[in-house]
Amino acid sequence: MEPINELGEHIARASGAADAAYVRLGELMLETTPDKIIALLTFLRDDPKCLFKQLVDVSGVDWPEREKRFDVVYNLLSLVHNQRVRVKVATDEATPVPSAAPVFSSATWFERETYDLYGVWFADHPDLRRILTDYGFEGHPLRKDFPLTGFVEVRWDDVQKRVIYEPVKLAQEFRKFDFLSPWEGGVERVLPGDEKATKAS
Amino acid sequence: MGVVTPARSNLVNPAADAALSRALNDELADKGFVVAQLDKLVNWARSGSLWGLTFGLACCGVEMIHCWMSRYDLDRFGVAPMPSPRSADVMIVAGTLTNKMAPALRKVYDQMAEPRYVISMGSCANGGGYYHYSYSVVRGCDRVVPVDIYVPGCPPTAEALLYGVLQLQKKVRRVGTLVR
Repeated sequence: MEPINELGEHIARASGAADAAYVRLGELMLETTPDKIIALLTFLRDDPKCLFKQLVDVSGVDWPEREKRFDVVYNLLSLVHNQRVRVKVATDEATPVPSAAPVFSSATWFERETYDLYGVWFADHPDLRRILTDYGFEGHPLRKDFPLTGFVEVRWDDVQKRVIYEPVKLAQEFRKFDFLSPWEGGVERVLPGDEKATKAS
Repeated sequence: MGVVTPARSNLVNPAADAALSRALNDELADKGFVVAQLDKLVNWARSGSLWGLTFGLACCGVEMIHCWMSRYDLDRFGVAPMPSPRSADVMIVAGTLTNKMAPALRKVYDQMAEPRYVISMGSCANGGGYYHYSYSVVRGCDRVVPVDIYVPGCPPTAEALLYGVLQLQKKVRRVGTLVR
């Protein structure tokens, strides 16, 4: 098993598709751009020092303050070398990321999920539909600007004899008691447990 | 913890049971028939064979399964788990009802034959519970189907669901009628 910082240097040098390779909290991270992601994933899968043959997950992160507000995160696993690597690609609502489906067949559903919850577009995806939310759902619920309660609620209508959708009406507003939340106020606070994260790396 | 076998259960009184069956036997031998009220007989039969449609949607479903397992054993109350709505009398909605599931739940409810009852099990089914403010969860399954018994808890213990079933039996005996 190669040390991960050496592996990172090797990937950055030999693939020619990674913009940055660094180790954070003992885990190898790579950064790249949408136009190079397919080349990088193919390299990671086929290079004899990598052999990351499992795509474990594709997920997203929303950074509303950034111009390229989304990160698409690929988690890869190499059973041969007992290594894991995380690849990050920054994009926005309009820029599509090429689908990883030709490289990893497991990517299709993961990308559908990322599209469903964040609204990231994947170019050349064989079947880019919603996967988790309701049929005909509007919006992307894991975006930070999506309201917690959403826009519609359902009930059975006894006259129409079907389940209908109505604008959401709440008897009582949602009350937050989490005054330490990092999403509120913009004040830098060290959350309980986070002091461990700053020590490492 | 251990298997406790009481010498005599305080729920069952053998002497009273024996006296009742002796009285019934005497009346049958004397007249050749026993008189009962038909609606009471029907309600007795109904409450004694409430076949349950198992609508397990989340963690409450596991607790519902416990209720049929050996410790509480719902089968002895005539409540048998039914996979088909056509042959079920009571639907046990156990778990979080999402917007996507709501039309399917209603469809299954509509397929049940009258008289039909609904037990709403757990906070999520009662009123949305933990997910009350979620964008994807129905705030109580009574928005979609009429509910007879609400069982509180998150999740309710198997014992609590058993109590709910017994309350439903009581309700069937009290309000059950032949007239539709």
